[in-house]
Amino acid sequence: PKPFLDDINRPRSGPPTHRCSHELKCVKCKEGLPVIVIRAGDAFCRDCFRAFYIHKFRAVLGKNRLIFPGEKVLLAWSGGPSSSSMVWQVLEGLSRDSAKRLRFVPGVVYVDEGAACGQSWKDRARTLADVKSILQTTGFPWHIVALEEVFALPPSVLRCSAQEPVGTIGTYKVAVDSFLQQQHTLVAEGVGGSPNSTPGEEQLSQPCTQDPQDLAGPPPADQTEALSRLFDSVKTLTAKEELLQTLRTHLILHMARTHGYSKVMTGDSCTRLAIKLMTGLALGRGAFLAWDTGFSDERHGSVVVVRPMREHTLKEVAFYNRLFAVPSVFTPAIDTKAPEKASIHRLMEGFLLRLQAQFPSTVSTVYRTSEKLVKAPRDGCASGPRCLLCMCLLDVDTADSATAFGAQTQDCSQMQSPTPPAEAPTVPCCSTEVGRAQNCAQAQLCSHREDSRACVIEQLCYSCRVNMKDVPSLDPLPPYILAEAQLRSQRYGLATWLGECWRGPSRHWPPWGRVPRVWLPPGPRRRSRSIWWRAVTMTCTPAGAEPGCPRSRRARMGRQHVIV
Amino acid sequence: MPAPQCASCHAARAALRRPRSGQALCGACFCTAFEAEVLHTVLAGRLLPPGAVVAVGASGGKDSTVLAHVLRELAPRLGVSLRLVAVDEGIGGYRDAALAAVRRQAARWDLPLTIVAYADLFGGWTMDAVARSTAGTGRSRACCTFCGVLRRRALEEGARLVGATHIVTGHNADDMAETVLMNFLRGDAGRLARGGGLGSRGEGGALPRCRPLQLASQKEVVLYAHFRRLDYFSEECVYAPEAFRGHARHLLKLLEAARPSAALDLVHSAERLALAPAARPPPPGACSRCGALASRALCQACALLNGLQRGRPRLAIGKGRGGRDEEGPPPPASDPGSAPDPAAGHCGAACKERCG
Repeated sequence: PKPFLDDINRPRSGPPTHRCSHELKCVKCKEGLPVIVIRAGDAFCRDCFRAFYIHKFRAVLGKNRLIFPGEKVLLAWSGGPSSSSMVWQVLEGLSRDSAKRLRFVPGVVYVDEGAACGQSWKDRARTLADVKSILQTTGFPWHIVALEEVFALPPSVLRCSAQEPVGTIGTYKVAVDSFLQQQHTLVAEGVGGSPNSTPGEEQLSQPCTQDPQDLAGPPPADQTEALSRLFDSVKTLTAKEELLQTLRTHLILHMARTHGYSKVMTGDSCTRLAIKLMTGLALGRGAFLAWDTGFSDERHGSVVVVRPMREHTLKEVAFYNRLFAVPSVFTPAIDTKAPEKASIHRLMEGFLLRLQAQFPSTVSTVYRTSEKLVKAPRDGCASGPRCLLCMCLLDVDTADSATAFGAQTQDCSQMQSPTPPAEAPTVPCCSTEVGRAQNCAQAQLCSHREDSRACVIEQLCYSCRVNMKDVPSLDPLPPYILAEAQLRSQRYGLATWLGECWRGPSRHWPPWGRVPRVWLPPGPRRRSRSIWWRAVTMTCTPAGAEPGCPRSRRARMGRQHVIV
Repeated sequence: MPAPQCASCHAARAALRRPRSGQALCGACFCTAFEAEVLHTVLAGRLLPPGAVVAVGASGGKDSTVLAHVLRELAPRLGVSLRLVAVDEGIGGYRDAALAAVRRQAARWDLPLTIVAYADLFGGWTMDAVARSTAGTGRSRACCTFCGVLRRRALEEGARLVGATHIVTGHNADDMAETVLMNFLRGDAGRLARGGGLGSRGEGGALPRCRPLQLASQKEVVLYAHFRRLDYFSEECVYAPEAFRGHARHLLKLLEAARPSAALDLVHSAERLALAPAARPPPPGACSRCGALASRALCQACALLNGLQRGRPRLAIGKGRGGRDEEGPPPPASDPGSAPDPAAGHCGAACKERCG
């Protein structure tokens, strides 16, 4: 392979030698007439290209040995070319002869994001009709969900459920062998319809009745309006795209968990992953690039996200879809027709594709660099609180201020120091007249809102924090996010407070994991807790308790258990 | 509409809005805030211990001028003494004008100045001669490679001449952001693993280097130089337009338009990158010719000079090429090179690629 610097220094000026087309042969079989040139000048004929493409797909799955036989896998289909190609590959892979057949049980999910993009219900219904017809031809169990359903998600979506131990090569081999044996015994005993069928196959061959949602009507209007209000309130396209991606991921994970799927396959191609990598760098996600762009993404615990199309370039995907008539649906996305400078994603895409035209090995170089990234924090501590939205380990360290994060937060604190804090007064105001109590309530609600924003922001990683700067108010966010934020801050606040009073073995507290002190700044945390309680006690009992009195605090703790 | 009051002294009228926070400040308060932040970076990162003799890589450009000025202000508080070291690469029409600016600064600030020249250190090879030598191969961009590596050696030699214990350079946040973008685009995992901190601790006998301005954006550096009325040299190196760093620089400008904190976000990403142990550079040893820090038998500078002497200037450039071992098989995979080049200032876009 040629060194990369040669490619930098000598931009591609055209095809190396111009030969007559009838002389140029497929580089693999040396016989067929080539139909496509991929990589750096390799011409493939139609059949060799198909074999090469399919082989790459199977090789990526086989090399990583993560998908066990008989496992239920959810294919996340967006209607675009890469994911359509992936679904088509799975379809073809399942219909082959027994030796090389894919051994998992697939389902397909399609997320309707029309409300976030500002489409009317008529357009969405038209798209959904096309989507439904394609999904029915695949024959897999399919699910169509509207993005509005994020408003009905439970907070458990954001909790990283217990991770199953990752299968080693030994267990994978054992699983495959036992599966094959089971298949042979079934054949030998003559059970089942065709000689090559398995219980999973029978499930698939049944007519698909598993569509839970009736597509006759639109989703509830208040949810649609809430979603468009949320996306309209976000100021920049970059933050909108990130938010959309987060919500979509949570929704797909929820679907996977409720229907019993243990893996989710997404159709990110090599080009898309290279763009995602560079975008992640620019957004401050340098610590999480291995999870965002690697083959498998285990952040979410029981459901693992897998990217089998990661070695196919977008050019190969496009040509394959055209040559072999893979059906796909065009849906406008949130950044359709946006100018190139509108968001970081668009800028990176344009930059990388332009550079690729000049230096043809750019995308593969970036991809190869991404393979050298590991899924570990740089300083080595592998446990700790996780980001609320992206569920990665928090990468902000408030203790070390000689960093980019420290420089930005230092600036903010310098900015806020001249203005006097309009926070809660020290006088307990619950014991005076109604008017003053009402004013106090309002001031406290305002400061409570600021504190609630602060308590959500504290639980986010660096890049999610930067995104939230473009979201002026956190109220339009779906309730599951706010509820989980509230719950976590109470738990950690409780853990810190109780940890301070606890004289027993501190290593057993808190029971759900280690709580490092660094990410809980003392001042605002205690204030927010006491304010929250003051608001609650005001509604419960007008003659509320004094803060700081130990007996009333204990009483409050008792009430906390009731409410929580 | 009159300008708002300065947000910190509330007395003078505001003269600028800080790019980072949008806070309105007058000139004096901004300069004070900038100096306070640099001091905080140095103290929090424990970059310059008291009693250190600090060699400032001065090129005459805005970054090294601002760096020298700020360190001169902070020197009594930090307890360090400063020396200016300038490197003369022998680029006609550019470097001599820059050196004139450095001499004026040294005279004004009363700091000892030492100038080291490529022609003396590297056996008569000036950058113009190198460019002539590499131009024949049709790849004129390679001359920036030479300049970066050789300047790092020259700076270290100059620092040793003046008896310094630390080297500082004026890289700002935008430089580091461009570096990480560039290293990713070129697939340079070794440099990605090395970069990200505020400098290097100095292994194997090399002097520790640091970049106190790393968390200050380029706009703020320029504004500081404007408000303090500093005299610097602001033209581009004659070889700069062909460098790869130009792509990264252009991209960074676009990113900053989309999101103002893009440079600091990239610096944060660079700090937190986790690379596989196999991709990290091998532990350093000593060069067999000059005794400097090297991961192979020959340090990068000696290897490049070796190639020049032999009339094969591309000998040690690029991956998988020989010349970095005196004998033996060509080295595998990524380009280890020596530790990052600390040279500062306006020596053209690609020089900074060696520093990343």
